[in-house]
Amino acid sequence: MSKVVKNLTDLRDWVDARFPLMQLWNEHVGQYYAPKNFNFWYYFGVLSLVVLVIQIVTGIWLVMNYKPDAEFAFASVEYIMRDVDWGWLIRYMHSTGASFFFIVIYLHMFRGIMYGSYRKPRELIWVLGMCLYLALMAEAFFGYLLPWGQMSYWGAQVIISLFGAIPLVGETLSLWIRGDYVVSDITLNRFFAFHVIALPFAIAGLVLLHILALHHVGSNNPDGIDIKANKDPAGKPLDGIPFHPYYTIKDAPAIVGLLILMSVVIFFAPEMGGYFLEHNNFVPADPLKTPEHIAPVWYFTPFYSILRANTINFFMVPAKLWGVIFMGLGTMAFFLLPWLDRGKVRSIRYRGWIYKTALSIFVVSFLILGYLGLLPPTPGRTAVAQVCTILYFLFFLLMPFYTKWDKTKPVPERVT
Amino acid sequence: MMVKKVATAILSYILSVSCYAASEVGVPLLDADVDVSNTVSLQRGARLFVNYCVSCHSAEYMRYNRMAEDLGLDPELVKDNLMFAADKIGDTMTIAMRSDDSEQWFGVKPPDLSVIARSKGVNYLYSFLNGFYLDSTRPTGVNNIYYPNTAMPHVLWDLQGFAQKTDDGQIFVPEDSHGDMTVIEYQQATRDLVTFLDYLGEPAKLVRYKIGFWVISFLLVLFVITCLLRREYWRDVH
Amino acid sequence: MTVDSTDIERRQFLTGTAAVLGGLGAGVAAIPFVSTFQPSERAKAIGAPVEANIDQIEPGQRVTYKWRGKPVWIIRRTEEQLAALEQMRDILADPDSVSSVQPEFAENNWRSLNQEYLVLVGICTHLGCSPSFRPLVGDVVMGADSVGGFYCPCHGSKFDLSGRVYAGVPAPTNMDVPPYKFLNESRILIGELAEGEGA
Repeated sequence: MSKVVKNLTDLRDWVDARFPLMQLWNEHVGQYYAPKNFNFWYYFGVLSLVVLVIQIVTGIWLVMNYKPDAEFAFASVEYIMRDVDWGWLIRYMHSTGASFFFIVIYLHMFRGIMYGSYRKPRELIWVLGMCLYLALMAEAFFGYLLPWGQMSYWGAQVIISLFGAIPLVGETLSLWIRGDYVVSDITLNRFFAFHVIALPFAIAGLVLLHILALHHVGSNNPDGIDIKANKDPAGKPLDGIPFHPYYTIKDAPAIVGLLILMSVVIFFAPEMGGYFLEHNNFVPADPLKTPEHIAPVWYFTPFYSILRANTINFFMVPAKLWGVIFMGLGTMAFFLLPWLDRGKVRSIRYRGWIYKTALSIFVVSFLILGYLGLLPPTPGRTAVAQVCTILYFLFFLLMPFYTKWDKTKPVPERVT
Repeated sequence: MMVKKVATAILSYILSVSCYAASEVGVPLLDADVDVSNTVSLQRGARLFVNYCVSCHSAEYMRYNRMAEDLGLDPELVKDNLMFAADKIGDTMTIAMRSDDSEQWFGVKPPDLSVIARSKGVNYLYSFLNGFYLDSTRPTGVNNIYYPNTAMPHVLWDLQGFAQKTDDGQIFVPEDSHGDMTVIEYQQATRDLVTFLDYLGEPAKLVRYKIGFWVISFLLVLFVITCLLRREYWRDVH
Repeated sequence: MTVDSTDIERRQFLTGTAAVLGGLGAGVAAIPFVSTFQPSERAKAIGAPVEANIDQIEPGQRVTYKWRGKPVWIIRRTEEQLAALEQMRDILADPDSVSSVQPEFAENNWRSLNQEYLVLVGICTHLGCSPSFRPLVGDVVMGADSVGGFYCPCHGSKFDLSGRVYAGVPAPTNMDVPPYKFLNESRILIGELAEGEGA
């Protein structure tokens, strides 16, 4: 046994003399001191990594049998579900993983908002994270066309036509994106290339940058205080603990917990009532037949609501274009948080009632917008969506003011 | 406990809003009450399917040998009794009718039924099969309360009989117009057929519950071990 | 921070258990992924056994069927051709088909279930070309004293009328005999052995 250990150690040393193996290990895992007071909200970073790996592995296996051709795509998915050994399981893992990715990411972003993880000096981490969010949305959008069902086809048709709303260049842009006069086999093939190659590489690269930026500055914590302000004689933060073994071990049950939740869905309710796998997507795409109710997948619905809430033609700009603009602004607004927030403290634990109220209103509006986006529009629902859209944007627009006026509590010296 | 009740209520509400509660024309659907673990029901449904449906509707993603294996049927039996439009047991359930012909005869190509249960839902399919009634204004002589002006004839008329519609939209079969089956028998037959369609839409349904039970049980054990491990190491941290 | 010895044992036990269980879980989780590589139902259906009708074949005639993408020949040999098989032994590399890919019943001169009908995979064992059928006695290509056989045009390999390879040609082994069985007197099922037959 000790001979094996000695051999492995020798191998490690051989590599280490030629590659910064131990240096990287220590810097990022073994001697990376993270605050000791991480709570439930801090699981979602590593959980997103886990879901990313699941998506990549299941994705590779799916591509072995999927055919990116309009004539064969739908059939190839059913081929995977029926004729390929265990193909059904890999397909469900991928479709469930897609939805779980967004659940995990939204919770991960919410942690950042609550604890002010975007504040200086972590603005770049936040910006990179937002780029990741956009990349993820694009990845999901391109991936959704691939099964070539009715919802795939018409969802893509609708979203691409949004680009057509842009004045002057809109129609040309839509034509350029589609590669054809309507969403067709050509569009499917290029979306396949984006989904399988371009965006996964981009996401992997951005994840690397995101983590490097984080480790360069050090992690935030639920109290929002700087643990590097109090160090022991050896130079280690008093409130810090090495990531390994403490957080590697703490994350293990969380990962298992995620797998349990995913397994419940995969094995017992893979369609999730039509939210994870939409019913209408089991009808092959038919360019001549528009479905009664086209809705995006649940994770896009808040922004879809904002899009639909724009019903008035302001200043000679058609409502459709305003919808596109506000939908875009709605996603982009998050980028500005590090500079909009003028609060004296980072973490919500020490903020006053003004901020807490503003954030609560924002969260509720976001959730309502999400819910409304699932349903067909009615005048009543549109009115509610319009109110919620206004509240949503006010959260950002008024932030420089209410964060400054907010009466904060004194932050502690050490973590709690 | 309260939290769990509220969570269950919210979850079931969300699911019910999305699921197949009512047909597109707003007529409330019947409850199909299918059970794909009932192999006998599946077998009866398979027999009905190949005898009544496969002349016009293909099931191009289902292979005969798969069906034989999943339903516990002897492949020779399937070859002799259930295969009308195919040669080999490994073939898929395609039909002889050409799609241009079918479009001419019916006005629309009869859709492939492989995943119809996943797009329309078992309740809709069950209701549809129980929703036909005599209507002399239609070319097929029948209409359907769940899909008005459907192009599909009532292929199961010999089993159900000549159903009629009351003024308030109820379907009933008059005493003298019964087919080979009683009302209860016909409901059971259509239930069997829809159970089969449910299986047809997702053959993996027969195995995934059982596998899921074992996977989650294992993960729960692993969860407990890793929790204990975590607690043990975190004793160090104060 | 002091950690007394019982704690270390507990940690090792828990770490070990978690590692073993985790490894087991990962191993089991890998099974579906590895299994997807197996031939799918579609591959198996396409590669399913092929029925061949033999009652229309004239003596000395060859018909070709396709099985698993490969040509399978059925040749109805004449009396003379069968008699000549024993004479061929001296010029063959492997007259007893010791290193051939074939069912057990083919370990003899005629290499078939029924002596009259030869069933052979029509692919040269050198580099995969399909040899031509040379049944005539004294055929120019096969040689003046040939009693019939197969000649591969790609690199000149020769085989006798049981598909056995000549000595001194590029092909290393006799041509493959596929698994097959008789369904009745006039039909053969290529791709499946009869029960009790070894491969």
